[in-house]
Amino acid sequence: MRVWKFGDDIDTDAIIPGRFLTIYESAELATHAFEGTRDDFAREAKEGDIIVGGRNFGCGSSREHAPLAIKGAGITVVVARSFARIFYRNCINTGVLPVICPDADTIREGDTVEIFPEKGCLTANGVRHDIEPVPAFMQKIITAGGLVEYAHAIEELELCTK
Amino acid sequence: MSATITEKIFSGRCAREVVAGDVMMAPIDAAMIHDITGPLAIDKFMEMGGTTVFDPAKVILLFDHQVPADSIPAAQNHVMMRRFAEEQGILNYDVHEGVCHQVAVEKGRVLPGDIVVGSDSHTCTYGAVGAFATGIGSTDMGFALRFGALYFRIPESIRAEAAGAFAPRVGAKDLVLSIIGDLGADGATYKAVEFTGPAMEAMDIPGRMTCCNMAIEMGGKAGIVPPDATTHAYLASIGARTTRKEDLTPDDDATYAAWKDYDVTDLVPQVAVPHNVDNVVDVTDVAGIPVNQVFIGSCTNGRYDDFLEAAEVLGDETFSPDVRVIIVPASRTEYLRTLRAGLIERFVEAGAIVEGPSCGPCMGGAFGLLAPGEVSLSTSNRNFRGRQGSTEAEVYLCSPATAAASAIHGVITDPREVA
Repeated sequence: MRVWKFGDDIDTDAIIPGRFLTIYESAELATHAFEGTRDDFAREAKEGDIIVGGRNFGCGSSREHAPLAIKGAGITVVVARSFARIFYRNCINTGVLPVICPDADTIREGDTVEIFPEKGCLTANGVRHDIEPVPAFMQKIITAGGLVEYAHAIEELELCTK
Repeated sequence: MSATITEKIFSGRCAREVVAGDVMMAPIDAAMIHDITGPLAIDKFMEMGGTTVFDPAKVILLFDHQVPADSIPAAQNHVMMRRFAEEQGILNYDVHEGVCHQVAVEKGRVLPGDIVVGSDSHTCTYGAVGAFATGIGSTDMGFALRFGALYFRIPESIRAEAAGAFAPRVGAKDLVLSIIGDLGADGATYKAVEFTGPAMEAMDIPGRMTCCNMAIEMGGKAGIVPPDATTHAYLASIGARTTRKEDLTPDDDATYAAWKDYDVTDLVPQVAVPHNVDNVVDVTDVAGIPVNQVFIGSCTNGRYDDFLEAAEVLGDETFSPDVRVIIVPASRTEYLRTLRAGLIERFVEAGAIVEGPSCGPCMGGAFGLLAPGEVSLSTSNRNFRGRQGSTEAEVYLCSPATAAASAIHGVITDPREVA
């Protein structure tokens, strides 16, 4: 699985520019992913590739179009040193796995990466790196298959007011 | 027990005392959707089996990013949301009232102590009236519309205590830019930023909205100013009032992730240079850079107070013919107030284009886009590469005073040097 390497502070305007936000279909969004900042991505990204970013990946706008554009390109894993909060949650809700890896900066463009969430690690060209566990309540959403599926499984809402 | 404002707000709504790090399904007091993220939220609401929203009176619905519709798909999105509002019995502000965050506050839809979500990252603006308000994605919004509640991890807080009084032509935008420059674009990630201290206490609601609005630019989940007499006077002025009795003053000995002391006395006008909001410098460091477009508006700085400041700097001058000056009030109410004060006439006389209340050029969708090589100076909140058009254009962020001074001279100008 090929790595597409990005730097720090990759914002959601870069992932999907504002002028494409009337589109909601992930495959169509994918044709504009990183348009203007990384034009080869939409042309060449393949099913199963992985995005690796630096610090604060996905900062800025709350647009869910960003993980949808990534997912539409066939990518379901984004690794980064750290994520912006809304993007992180949007990924989990839409079925893209955000992986926090403190060593993300050591992973290079074109490396082959495999993720082993249950072992708490990933390998990049065979070298093992620790990854952080997903918070427990988010894991429940991942296990359900996304927030929509999680919502369907709710029998009674466990409100904090009770 | 000592607590931050965030902990107090959530404890007030829960059956137990809440501390940072707790995860809970909390009820929400208001949910805001607009024309960009709303259609997807509505789709998700329906995919989750939603038939009626949790409480139509608690849903804030309007169009602001692409108004009047700038494309056929945008017009179709508006039609879809109009239909949803009608079916659900939700008050629809449509294209009439302005930018979501300004409208939510000025219509009294958000009150101190409220827990509010909006499918827009700048929802944190509502902390200006003492609410815990945070931006969420469309799927989370679908869930919120369906259940009236959402999972929250109670964030740690950063206390930003601002002492002193501003010098003339220096204000809230300069303060928040300097804080972002200090903390960095991810310096408050997952955290709530509490803006306190004498400089905040002396600040009116519009300035507090400017500060809270930009909490997200340091990664913040929320920005909050403790509600005080200024807050309650503002609420009274718009015919709103809170019935909550909790004291939302943060305790000085609460557990903070960080405590930062600032003093605004010697603060000079600040500018965020391309292409990150935390690239903040003194205006004197970038003075003289030519600009092609100046935008005064947005949920950050599109209020009467901002236009008054800009008009005072403008005085009897005219704007440079080499600059496209675009003025966009954040709401119909702010527009009318600015109009009745004669400021709109002054701006038009001076050469500005005045557009109806909307997000304007801020997000690079509707109008006012930049060509490669062009430079924009903007009172909005983001200067990301490509944000206002071409990825080869540059966006600088500043206060309304700096924007007006620069628009006169056609180059970035220190507003303190303009009479």
